Amino acid sequence: MCLAIPGKIVSLADDPAHSALIEVAGVHRRVDVSLVEPDGIGPGDWVLIHVGFAMSKIREQDAYEQMSMLKALGETEAAMQEVRGYSTDDAEPPPKERSIP
Amino acid sequence: MKYVDEFREPELIARTSEEIRRLADPRRHYRFMEVCGGHTHAIYRFGLKDLLPPNIELVHGPGCPVCVLPMGRIDDGLSMAASSDVIFTAFGDMMRVPGTHGSPLEYKARGADVRIVYSPADALKLARANPDRQVMFFAIGFETTAPSTALTLMRAKAERIRNFSVFSNHVTIIPAIRAILDSPDMRIDAFIGPGHVSTVIGCRPYEWIARHEGKPLVVSGFEPLDVLQSVAMLLVQLQRGEAKVENQYRRVVPWEGNRAALKAMAEVFTLRSYFEWRGMGFISQSALALSEAYAEWDAEKRFQVPGIRVTDPKAAQCGEVLKGVLKPAQCKLFGKECTPERPIGALMVSSEGSCAAYYQYEYRKSQLVSIPA
Ligand code: SF4
Repeated sequence: MCLAIPGKIVSLADDPAHSALIEVAGVHRRVDVSLVEPDGIGPGDWVLIHVGFAMSKIREQDAYEQMSMLKALGETEAAMQEVRGYSTDDAEPPPKERSIP
Repeated sequence: MKYVDEFREPELIARTSEEIRRLADPRRHYRFMEVCGGHTHAIYRFGLKDLLPPNIELVHGPGCPVCVLPMGRIDDGLSMAASSDVIFTAFGDMMRVPGTHGSPLEYKARGADVRIVYSPADALKLARANPDRQVMFFAIGFETTAPSTALTLMRAKAERIRNFSVFSNHVTIIPAIRAILDSPDMRIDAFIGPGHVSTVIGCRPYEWIARHEGKPLVVSGFEPLDVLQSVAMLLVQLQRGEAKVENQYRRVVPWEGNRAALKAMAEVFTLRSYFEWRGMGFISQSALALSEAYAEWDAEKRFQVPGIRVTDPKAAQCGEVLKGVLKPAQCKLFGKECTPERPIGALMVSSEGSCAAYYQYEYRKSQLVSIPA
């Protein structure tokens, strides 16, 4: 959970949610970029992502190093699972039938 | 140093390791605490102990958010999951943490609507999509994670999403360090400061540790070279008789922290006057509750929270391990009653917990070696 995942900004959305489309190792997801907006961000910039929010702007080389470190830590799988887990749009499947014992 | 070749920049690592040997006074025994669980994980995974002389001891600190939660808080959170109109959401790390009557995953197996989310924003999306249900987010984390919860709550308020609430278990790192320094059974010479917490709070909040406690602190990155460089920087300070805060992780951590994040936290949260930490007791002003302005989204106000206090099993020594007084393997339950498959304490669940890290990388190795041929 305290992983920080490097991602590249593909495009910024003009929405009240301050989101950006981000690419992490070929996977595209929307993340909140309001915390790094003051640093000036745009397509092609790299950020460190934590629980769906960009936490800091980093240099491209640092992004590659962070990725290789996640790999060395054996955490790539978990990181990609986290990124894939960010839901991309507001549509959610309806809740399943359930019963409480 | 057979591991060195596996790292990036092996020569630089070998050189830094040499420099550490040169800087360390052989007549002294050094105890450096790495505050953050991410560092603990990296130190075990990379076998960094083997790159340090034997008189430098790395002591594991309390910086693992699921580890420091007392069981009572988990029980409190799970009490909300019992109601059929509630969707209980939490990060994956929480799912296997044992409560008195089972972990969130076990509650799910029994029929409670428990869902893993990877971001608090996704819990809010669930609330939007299920207007007839109550979506509760079990929030954990230090200052790294608290801003994300804060921004999510600000969105909930702006959009008036009223079927969303947060059970805040956010904790703050500075009071925990203070508690460790105040604890009489603890001797620490210097600190390896947390990397990602510091992207938010910056380096200033640590200055009292240097100024008033006379202990050096170096905010460090997570790569093997980062940790080794930080150790070398601490040794230089100790050799010169200095105590100051330095930033080794400058490529990510700004000295002043992240203003936007601090502002969001200040708007949404207020300091609790005290909060219970697992095995460390009550620490004053060490956790965040939702502020008055966000009372409507506060799960502790929306639901009947029993306020359960559970004493940990007597033999479990999670508190001593969290404070760095004991090494994981010195806990009486380690590797016996308490294993990653059947954890008793949360330190055995999370990859940032020192018991799990030690079990995964050191203990198994030693078990394999000790089997007679
Ligand atoms: S081995 Fe288990 S009980 Fe002992 S300190 Fe670690 S997590 Fe706690």
